[in-house]
Amino acid sequence: MAKVPVQFTLNGSEKAEFIESGTTLLNALRDKIGDTSPKGGCHQGTCGACSVIIDGELRLSCLTLAETCNGAAISTTSGLSEGGVLHPLQRAFLDTFATQCGFCTPGMIMAARVLLDHTPNPSREEVVEALSGNICRCTGYEPIIQAVLLAARSNSQNAA
Amino acid sequence: MALALQTFATVKDANVALKAAGTRYLGGGTLVVRAANEGNISVSGLVRSTDPALSAITVTGGKVRIGASVTMAAIARHPDLGTLARAARAVGGPAIRNMATVGGNLFAPAPYGDFAVALLALGATVSTDDGETPIETFLAKRDGSRAIVTSVGFTLPKVGDFRFLKVSRVKPKGISVLSIAAMLEQAGDGTVSSARIALGCMADRPMRAKAAEKALLGRRLDQDGIAPVLAAAGEGTAPITDPIASAWYRAEVLPVHLRRLLLS
Ligand code: FES
Ligand code: FES
Repeated sequence: MAKVPVQFTLNGSEKAEFIESGTTLLNALRDKIGDTSPKGGCHQGTCGACSVIIDGELRLSCLTLAETCNGAAISTTSGLSEGGVLHPLQRAFLDTFATQCGFCTPGMIMAARVLLDHTPNPSREEVVEALSGNICRCTGYEPIIQAVLLAARSNSQNAA
Repeated sequence: MALALQTFATVKDANVALKAAGTRYLGGGTLVVRAANEGNISVSGLVRSTDPALSAITVTGGKVRIGASVTMAAIARHPDLGTLARAARAVGGPAIRNMATVGGNLFAPAPYGDFAVALLALGATVSTDDGETPIETFLAKRDGSRAIVTSVGFTLPKVGDFRFLKVSRVKPKGISVLSIAAMLEQAGDGTVSSARIALGCMADRPMRAKAAEKALLGRRLDQDGIAPVLAAAGEGTAPITDPIASAWYRAEVLPVHLRRLLLS
């Protein structure tokens, strides 16, 4: 099958690849570009492990075709830390033991990041709602909710 | 297996490409890419249109037109569509709502398609390049439908006239056990003067509860008034059985939730 070009920014750097038409963004990121932070859990839109941020919106990379992302700005969890320093969300996930096997974590962090970008001081209900499309089979969710609330608090302390 | 995607600026050109066997229209991807990921080999090519009209919402003089590519998230946050926000937010989690489109929801098989249930209660019309079709007719014939849906249109309900409820086992978001939407108008004395009730998961696609609608006319929305409506709620239904609930369970709980909706 003829290959098609795709071009977008991933965590701020330009990426250009030739892919088979119809390739999902998840497969393009993981297999072509080498960003394995989005995980393929169900490939059905059910688990949220593949969540990425496309032009500021949370999306499922398993159901998004890569070639529909031409010109887009894509963020994944692998782009969060800067100079070896963890992002406040990553730090909070460690501090509250919100990651166990870790499979859901990159998707959870993307969902949390979009929430905090729009709602810097969310209520518990808003956190629960923001994470409602992401499944975790390890933690029982409570530590993840606490992590997002902790990250919000440390963000506002840093901003103060 | 990868699928060739063809993108067209106009719906007209996309409609021509969609005539080829094995092609499906790509909206938000939540149905068709999922089908491809599951290995559905009946899909061999995808077609989409980037026509901006497909993404427009217009509200003029109480009439609403929503382009087929408009997402659930866009409806939920639209300042003039507050009465529908609950139904739009009932679809999936935040990521799904950023992707799932109005047009796609019309084709979503039960237990999905909660927003189409709302559209059915609203008595919406569905537009394609061939013209407008009442949603009921459209849903009945959707399996054979080949023309791209361009928009849906309806009259904006008055606050309080439109009610929506979705029941799921997982909180805050889960797949439907069932969903119910109702468009009710009441006369000055409080009796119901017109009723359209739509049910999700009570058949393979959204359906009207016509016996319940009829039983509701002239009745008050109180315990005694709705008793015959609840008795008639299951008439004509053929609920689905899936991992969420059995047909028996859905039939048992339908009157319970219809009661809650009508008394809310
Ligand atoms: S892998 Fe995308 S939602 Fe599960
Ligand atoms: S940490 Fe294992 S699935 Fe969430």
